Amino acid sequence: MEALGIDVLFKGSNFMRLLGGLWVTVELSLISVAISMVLGVLFGIIMTSKNKAVKIISRIYLEVVRIMPQMVLLFIVFFGATRAFDLNFSAETACVIVFAFWGTAEMGDLVRGAVTAIPKHQYESSYALGLTKSQTYYYIVIPQTLRRLIPLSINLVTRMMKTTSLIMMIGVVEVMKVGQQIIEANRMTSPNAAFGVYATIFLFYFIACWPISLLASKLEKKWSD
Amino acid sequence: MAGQLLKETLLKIDHLRKAYGDTVVLKDISLTVHKGEVIVVIGPSGCGKSTLLRCINGLEPIQGGSITLQDKPIDGQSKDIAQIRQKLGMVFQNYELFPHKTVLQNIMLAPLKVQKRDKEEVRQMAEQWLERVGLLDKKDSYPRQLSGGQKQRVAIVRALCMEPEIMLFDEVTAALDPEMVREVLDVILALAKAGRTMVIVTHEMSFARAVADRVLFLDGGEIVEEALPEVFFDHPSTDRAKKFLSTFTYDAVRHHDVPQNY
Ligand SMILES: Nc1ncnc2c1ncn2[C@@H]1O[C@H](COP(=O)(O)OP(=O)(O)OP(=O)(O)O)[C@@H](O)[C@H]1O
Ligand SMILES: [Mg+2]
Repeated sequence: MEALGIDVLFKGSNFMRLLGGLWVTVELSLISVAISMVLGVLFGIIMTSKNKAVKIISRIYLEVVRIMPQMVLLFIVFFGATRAFDLNFSAETACVIVFAFWGTAEMGDLVRGAVTAIPKHQYESSYALGLTKSQTYYYIVIPQTLRRLIPLSINLVTRMMKTTSLIMMIGVVEVMKVGQQIIEANRMTSPNAAFGVYATIFLFYFIACWPISLLASKLEKKWSD
Repeated sequence: MAGQLLKETLLKIDHLRKAYGDTVVLKDISLTVHKGEVIVVIGPSGCGKSTLLRCINGLEPIQGGSITLQDKPIDGQSKDIAQIRQKLGMVFQNYELFPHKTVLQNIMLAPLKVQKRDKEEVRQMAEQWLERVGLLDKKDSYPRQLSGGQKQRVAIVRALCMEPEIMLFDEVTAALDPEMVREVLDVILALAKAGRTMVIVTHEMSFARAVADRVLFLDGGEIVEEALPEVFFDHPSTDRAKKFLSTFTYDAVRHHDVPQNY
């Protein structure tokens, strides 16, 4: 145990602190994910518009989000915006802003993809059966869109959860940061703490994300045509 | 057909004109379909056969003339188009079943949600039809679990369960492997025997000949010939029809006494 550095976890309140850090990660992810899902569905529907200007603007937004590393976005929002515009918000707020900004773009693209992937023939054979426009959306288009969308968006959620580990860079004390603090504090007494702590964090992430990915691939299999 | 004049007129197309932008696809089509009649529409690719059926179903706006079903105009924009479409059973080339619904759900959706019929009655009807086309054991399967020919038979049953006045078939066997064509055409032949009114677009000439009361030969967006099947296939009166029909036969290029050691 000593050699693997797992013993530090049982010293004092270390384990509880680590769990507290995990909770910060989960909490911030969940808030960002919730905002991204709602705004992303709206953004995705906007992206299916045939209007040229709308198309170009949403394309630029999407590309910017994809090209910029999330870390750079975090720094811009937290250090840049606070200085430049004299705004004063916490690191947690900055991180929700960045993750929602990112998640909305990605979710929007997934929604756009899922909506446009429904072939024109599906609409037509529904109309041909006498279904009205709203019945066609309700019974045919939306169920098929959701089936395509849910597994993909679950994958996005796990991706967002993992990426939250970056936020310690702007001073949010989440699970990675707590881990580092524990390692620092026990440098003298247990020099091998790093392995134990990071292995535990790995396990935490695994426990948080694995059931979600499992659900995603299960749904994907169930609904694949 | 002696009593033809006395028969009820179901569908009347009068000087129909259809264009996409500047391209005129249907020039001046007039056609009357009586109850119980089977009309087969043939013609070269791109001549407007699918477009004609889509216009009849109100899926395409038209630029001139009129289409009426039992004296009610068909107009895709009008509010009661859904009402009229229930009387037109359309089956497309690419068996567009709904992939997220089982065979039975595919069939029952419109009778329940559009016609608000009794669930038990619709189920019985659906199962009877499935039995007749030999697919009762597939009623709980999803479309992805069916072969092309099976999907197409389900699509036919789905249209039939709406109890339409007219069935419209658009090359329903064109996307099928040859060995599955027969099972689908047999279903349509049985419908013809039972006296159903149908407008059928097909490339299967021997089937056309067997099933048709009247053959329409469409070329370049107009009706070039309209005749009884025996007349049309054996003695086509126009050069365009002769040329078209000749594309379905092949002249022998080798003689059997020549290549001995082949
Ligand atoms: N949405 C559209 N926009 C523009 N032109 C179209 C459109 N749909 C069809 N056309 C044109 O209309 C013409 C008739 O098409 P249609 O699909 O009715 O032909 P078809 O007789 O069914 O041919 P096929 O035997 O290949 O199915 C074609 O020249 C086609 O290019
Ligand atoms: Mg066609």
